[in-house]
Amino acid sequence: MSVYQQAPTPGRIDGRQLSIRLGQGREAFEAVQRLDFAIEPGEFVCILGPSGCGKSTLLGALAGHLQLSGGSLLVDGNAVAGPSPQRGMVFQHHTLLPWRSVLDNVAFGLKMQGIGKAQRREQALEMLRLVGLQDFAQRWPNQLSGGMQQRAEIARVLINRPRLLLMDEPFGALDAQTRARMQELLLDIWTRIRTTVVFVTHDIDEALFLADRILVMSPRPGRFIEDLRLEFPRPRNASLLTSPGFTHLKRHCLELLRHEDGRELPRLTPLGLPTTDHPPLRIAL
Amino acid sequence: MTQLYRWPLRLASLAACLLFWQVAANQRLDLGLIAFTYVPTPAAVLDAAWHLLQSSKLADHLGSSLGRVFSGYLAAAVAGVLLGLAIGRSKWAEDSLLPPLEVLRPIPAVAWIPLAILMFPSSEASMIFITFTGALFPILLNTVHGVEGVDPRLVASARSLGAGRLAILREVILPGAAPSIVTGLAIGMGTSWFCLVTAEMISGQFGIGYYTWESYTLQNYPDIVVGMLLIGVLGMVSSTLVRRLGAFATPWYQSGGKRA
Repeated sequence: MSVYQQAPTPGRIDGRQLSIRLGQGREAFEAVQRLDFAIEPGEFVCILGPSGCGKSTLLGALAGHLQLSGGSLLVDGNAVAGPSPQRGMVFQHHTLLPWRSVLDNVAFGLKMQGIGKAQRREQALEMLRLVGLQDFAQRWPNQLSGGMQQRAEIARVLINRPRLLLMDEPFGALDAQTRARMQELLLDIWTRIRTTVVFVTHDIDEALFLADRILVMSPRPGRFIEDLRLEFPRPRNASLLTSPGFTHLKRHCLELLRHEDGRELPRLTPLGLPTTDHPPLRIAL
Repeated sequence: MTQLYRWPLRLASLAACLLFWQVAANQRLDLGLIAFTYVPTPAAVLDAAWHLLQSSKLADHLGSSLGRVFSGYLAAAVAGVLLGLAIGRSKWAEDSLLPPLEVLRPIPAVAWIPLAILMFPSSEASMIFITFTGALFPILLNTVHGVEGVDPRLVASARSLGAGRLAILREVILPGAAPSIVTGLAIGMGTSWFCLVTAEMISGQFGIGYYTWESYTLQNYPDIVVGMLLIGVLGMVSSTLVRRLGAFATPWYQSGGKRA
């Protein structure tokens, strides 16, 4: 069966009075505070905000990696409890298993479902074709370029036909040209595999280019300060970036983000606080 | 391969050392601090090695040494990797298992010899225990280190893709820690030979260490050097074997990711 025929049922998200605390003891702080929002099935939503504002923290909670300190978070009416293949997550840097070929990485989710080797490889190859990586199926992940690694990562998540596709600045580490190509590829895939997308970014152009709707977030504690609906027609291409409507909204977003007092906050991750402490050096003799 | 021109100097250096040995032993050189009076010449060593090769004793000595190293090391590899995975993965296992092991760790395996002789019914078992102790800690600590070094994002990602506890251990933790485990296994191989030879000198019957020490007591001085060289060769071969097996088990890690 084709991957397109097995299209997922997009999920609906409801957050009510949602708060998340990070850190221990005296260092603890509310990364996001009393968020109320709803995301419709099949919507492409960008969460836009400055570094450290808690947008990745919210994504981590949606993926089930972080626990709420207050309020509720429902996906299709069910409270989020732990990670699930129904809620696929793409990190800023790829998390492909270095010891599996690209093909077996993409087939990983099917392996976890107990699907046989031949069948899961066949489906994985079809997914790779969708992201244009069919010729790299047998490579190790570290033999691919950054853009290819993210394409493999997206294929690996989509093979589970998730209700939600959660993306944490997935193209943030790529060069400008690759990023633009990846954005178009993502929209192209999204027209074929329609799922609810929550895409976190601090790049205004990226948010405006991709989204149906932008939720703008202010930092510490993170709150939504704007809910923008974009009416740009699809399919979108690079010419949109220079259209008057686009520039107008971009100015509006810049205005919103400029309100911040210029504090630079450390980047938060979907797994909590950034890990700076390296494990202690152990002389193993 | 491209640096063939460097080999003449390397070989000349080796030859110079051999020559010095021959001259010093022949002249019974006495430097005050160190004396070559009783040191056999290379020719005498070669002769003794030839005799050992012809006799049936060699197989017995080699067989018992290899048997001891193999059983002690294998037990240490299994115990070290299993304990290391448990300690690295679970706080409970870390708190209950690590403190006693940390107390035992600074004690060199060789220091166990007297107690081991008292504790085990046969000297064979006590020697295997010494080998086991010598190899255990490098393997254990490197495994713990490797498990703790696995990127938490890989674990989170695997969970998001539907992996359960066991699948994460098998698919993420074990391969992620594998390069570190291989390092531990290679170091452990060296220490287990070192411990075995010492143990054999003290309580052995048969075995390369025993052979070397027996040669000293029987005043067969060339045989001492033969024993020493044999120990060196065996240690080198087994370490190389472990490294080769390790490279075979972690193909993504070696060779900059070239797929065979």
